[in-house]
Amino acid sequence: MQEAMINKAKQLLADGTVSRVIGWKRGEFAYDITPAVFETAEELEREFVFDDFTSANVSKYLVKESQKEGKVLAFLKPCDTYSLNQLTKEHRVDRDNIYVVGIPGGPKLDIEKIKAKGITGITGVKNDNYTLRIETIYGEETMPFYEAVLDKCASCKSKKHVTYDELIGEDGDVLESNRFDMVEKLENMTSQERYDFWRGELSKCIRCNACRNVCPACTCENCVFDNPNSGIDNKAPADSFEENMFHIIRAFHVAGRCTDCGECSRVCPQHIPLHLLNRKFIKDINALYGEYQAGADTTSRAPLTNYTADDCEASVVHERGVE
Amino acid sequence: MQVNDNKDFQPLIVAFCCNWCSYAGADLSGTNRLNYPANVKIIRVPCSCRVNPMFILRAFQRGADGVILCGCHPGDCHYTSGNYFTRRRMTLLFSMLDFLGIERDRTRVEWVSAAEGAKFAATMNEFTEAVRKLGPNRRLEDLRCRKQ
Amino acid sequence: MQRIGVFVCHCGTNIAATVDVKKVAETLGKEPGVVIAQDYQYMCSESGQNLVKDAIKEHNLTGIVICSCSPRMHENTFRKAAAAAGLNPYLVEIANIREQCSWIHKDIADATEKAVILGRAAIAKVHLNAPLTAGESPVVKKALVIGGGIAGIQTALDIAEAGFDVDIVEKNPTIGGKMAQIDKTFPTLDCAACILTPKMVEASQNERITIRSFSEVTDVKGFVGNFTVTIKKKARYVDETKCTGCGLCTEKCPMKKVPNEFNMGLDNRSAVYIPFAQAVPKVATIDPNYCMMLKTGKCGVCSKVCSAGAINYKQQDELIEEKYGAIIVATGFNPIKLDKYDEFAYGQCPDVVTSLELERLMNAAGPNGGTLLRPSDKSHPHTIVFVQCVGSRCDDSKGKPYCSKICCMYTAKHAMLIREKYPDTEVYVFYIDVRTPGKNFDEFYRRAVEQYNVHYIKGMVGKVTPKSDGKIDVQASDLLANEQLHIDADMVVLAAAIEPDKTARPLATMLTTQMDTNDFFTEAHPKLRPVESATAGIFLSGACQGPKDIPETVAQASAAAAKAIGLLCKNSITCNPCVAHSDELMCNGCSSCEKVCPYGAITYIDKEFRMPDRTTKVRRVASVNPAVCQGCGACTVACPSGAMDLNGFSNSQIMAEVDAICK
Repeated sequence: MQEAMINKAKQLLADGTVSRVIGWKRGEFAYDITPAVFETAEELEREFVFDDFTSANVSKYLVKESQKEGKVLAFLKPCDTYSLNQLTKEHRVDRDNIYVVGIPGGPKLDIEKIKAKGITGITGVKNDNYTLRIETIYGEETMPFYEAVLDKCASCKSKKHVTYDELIGEDGDVLESNRFDMVEKLENMTSQERYDFWRGELSKCIRCNACRNVCPACTCENCVFDNPNSGIDNKAPADSFEENMFHIIRAFHVAGRCTDCGECSRVCPQHIPLHLLNRKFIKDINALYGEYQAGADTTSRAPLTNYTADDCEASVVHERGVE
Repeated sequence: MQVNDNKDFQPLIVAFCCNWCSYAGADLSGTNRLNYPANVKIIRVPCSCRVNPMFILRAFQRGADGVILCGCHPGDCHYTSGNYFTRRRMTLLFSMLDFLGIERDRTRVEWVSAAEGAKFAATMNEFTEAVRKLGPNRRLEDLRCRKQ
Repeated sequence: MQRIGVFVCHCGTNIAATVDVKKVAETLGKEPGVVIAQDYQYMCSESGQNLVKDAIKEHNLTGIVICSCSPRMHENTFRKAAAAAGLNPYLVEIANIREQCSWIHKDIADATEKAVILGRAAIAKVHLNAPLTAGESPVVKKALVIGGGIAGIQTALDIAEAGFDVDIVEKNPTIGGKMAQIDKTFPTLDCAACILTPKMVEASQNERITIRSFSEVTDVKGFVGNFTVTIKKKARYVDETKCTGCGLCTEKCPMKKVPNEFNMGLDNRSAVYIPFAQAVPKVATIDPNYCMMLKTGKCGVCSKVCSAGAINYKQQDELIEEKYGAIIVATGFNPIKLDKYDEFAYGQCPDVVTSLELERLMNAAGPNGGTLLRPSDKSHPHTIVFVQCVGSRCDDSKGKPYCSKICCMYTAKHAMLIREKYPDTEVYVFYIDVRTPGKNFDEFYRRAVEQYNVHYIKGMVGKVTPKSDGKIDVQASDLLANEQLHIDADMVVLAAAIEPDKTARPLATMLTTQMDTNDFFTEAHPKLRPVESATAGIFLSGACQGPKDIPETVAQASAAAAKAIGLLCKNSITCNPCVAHSDELMCNGCSSCEKVCPYGAITYIDKEFRMPDRTTKVRRVASVNPAVCQGCGACTVACPSGAMDLNGFSNSQIMAEVDAICK
């Protein structure tokens, strides 16, 4: 796959279709893969990586890249195409300035899950979808592949590319996913249990902003948390409002816009399951206002900028589930 | 639920009222001398759709024990559609607060027309009582990043 | 540094009896920024206002807080007083310590404490108030009426009468609308053409009225007082300025087999046609779907016989742009299509007709010259069955949930006219309810029953079956007698529900006006503002707002005209300064705000920004038209970046109030 992608990128650079490529390159370690921009065939040959650790969603980078001179080539997994569509809908990217090559999706690997098995010194992996062979400086280790899969991939919602100019490989389908299971489990707890769960999780937050910075829905020119005039910026005194409410406000800001790409939880250094907040909104929206998948298209109205005269009342919250 | 029903607790209730219906309804309950507790403090907004969820969270964080949002009845919005947006926003916000384990009786949306002075007073009496039973709002205050 | 004055009103004893006003003034006087705090018996009185005015001047105040009755009562009074003393009127805040404090609380300590808190919230807010100036926007002194039926004609005549120019845009070749197709009108039974056509002529002769027939509105931009409308003048292949309406072309045209829409397709017209004798403008139109010359290039007869040289086969659609101050929608209604009603055999049997078809069959200018004959064999019908509520008051998806309002009356009219002219014809009317409120309406219906012996039967018709002998079997139930009936009818007349014209929905989008689920335009207030739309400068005339008979339509048309005249009289409109505005530096251009704006006040512009590295960047940003924005604030919450804010109720002001209350 990596070879095919490099060849495709080189061809599109050579024939002038695009002037640069957004993809991934390796960092310090084999599993440490970050998005990168490539401008020449040489750079691609040297650094372009696509493997089981290439999970980062590059669509957010297109906000800036698509505003630059010349077309940019983006390799997008199915989940990333949803993000791009949503950005297109919100006029945050110039879709005409992007050449999208759809590539197959995961499941991608979660390095934390591998490390949790006590495996260190990792230099590479081999995978036949059943057994994961991990090469380390101490020799080869194995573990079941499914145990090493990223949570967001384990509950994948779609293998279908919702926007592309070209595909490498076959397009897939929207999947029946189990992604709301954990939300449902929490909903069935008592209020006190839910509170204890979230207090435990949210208190781990170190306010590093990784979730916000990676989120493809968080592309504001000036984030409210960075704006001293908003009244909720993070430079306020210690008992600040923002410290209490950051995650609630952030989840509300992306409600109806979040495509459930799962990046927030993937990048959280404290392993807070932040995606559950977004999924709760998605689940509510689906249940109360009809199925809606942000990013599935570029024209439909988002649920929070829409209404019907016979929507349910807010008291519906009081009438269901466990108190 | 606490056994003690917080008889002496005086909750702080913030009520956001739209200018055209609910604020007028509140005025009417005053004109008709219909009592409701002094715990309720009203903030006037042009339309219920002006109320940003941030305002509600801010009130809770600054010490409010209950927040109620009042607007025109659906279909009667002065701005034709404002309260329809309010309804969706608040439904989702309240559902999220519930999901986080915040007591659901601390939040409420009520549609009160300019003619419903009695309903306004009754709603405020009921809501204050419900919040009083819950006691002080501790959970949302304690729900924070970097818990000490 | 803010210099705030606080004024606490006793309102006689209304406030002072339960609130310790002295203590309130004293406590609030210690708040930061407050330089003077006074109490007075009646703040709203002349002397109370003078107290405020003097304090503004003496202490050079930058903001004032009045603790008094509801702002709904005296906010304007104090704003005017402030303005008179040279302080911007929007630097005034009211703390409502009467309706929302002294009148509802009994305990003096509680009420006083609450009054102080409400005062504090108002002080916190006024700290952040910005002086606002109400903008002015000029008014183009010309109106556009969309639709040239009786509603549009009446509105246009009234506006022209008041001395303003007005254009009527009509999509058909002639004005007149549905009323022109009607034979007689209830409850007086005078001929529709006799009362309508003089109005059509009056409209055409009024020098202030321009009739743009065979034209459609394709785009609307702008806002109250200043709309820019694009009108498509469809090619009629006849030069209107040259055509004399002599009708020779229509006689000579060899293509005579075109269904005549004016007669509901019951007879034919030629490819070049004038819809009816009294059409306004009386100008021929060539139907390109049938004209041999336009289709095959072979014919040209009309061009040869036209002595005025008006025929122009090369004519093209033309786009005209005009400016208007007010727009009146008068797009009217149509009977619904009955193709889903197989049970009534409409479409299978030519003798099953709609009520509007019956109007044409009975009309002297109709297909039979005014003699009522069965369409199938041109024989005289002896038994006629009327079916009411076909598609009205319907709870399934085939029909409409509402009552079409006019059917009960016109059916009584039809029945009466038939019994009058053909006493040997039996008339049956099947109804769910007979609804005849209105001046002289119930008397009219009773005359049909009592004087003309029309058989009114409560019950629905189940099935209509054409028989081989040419008769029609009508199977129905009589709910009062509780029996099944079979009637051998010669004709069946269906009172089809009426629905808004199909052009209304796209028009509503262009006008950013609201519609209900049935596609009727929504009025600004169902009781108190029935002829205005919620969008400023757009008015509603006639059945586009809901089913209406002619007298109601005309009344509403004149009311809409009066509202439009009220707008056109003004040289400029004062805008509400408490409107939304977007911070361009923070705006993402994401379009969320635009989607929730009920007034279409938000547009997007590409704006060039200077970047820190001396480059420039073009970004899409929201721009609020202050003349259109009504200040609801829906956009401020939809905006994810917080770029959108509302004057007078800004994010920081409301947060400050929250903080002050929760301290």
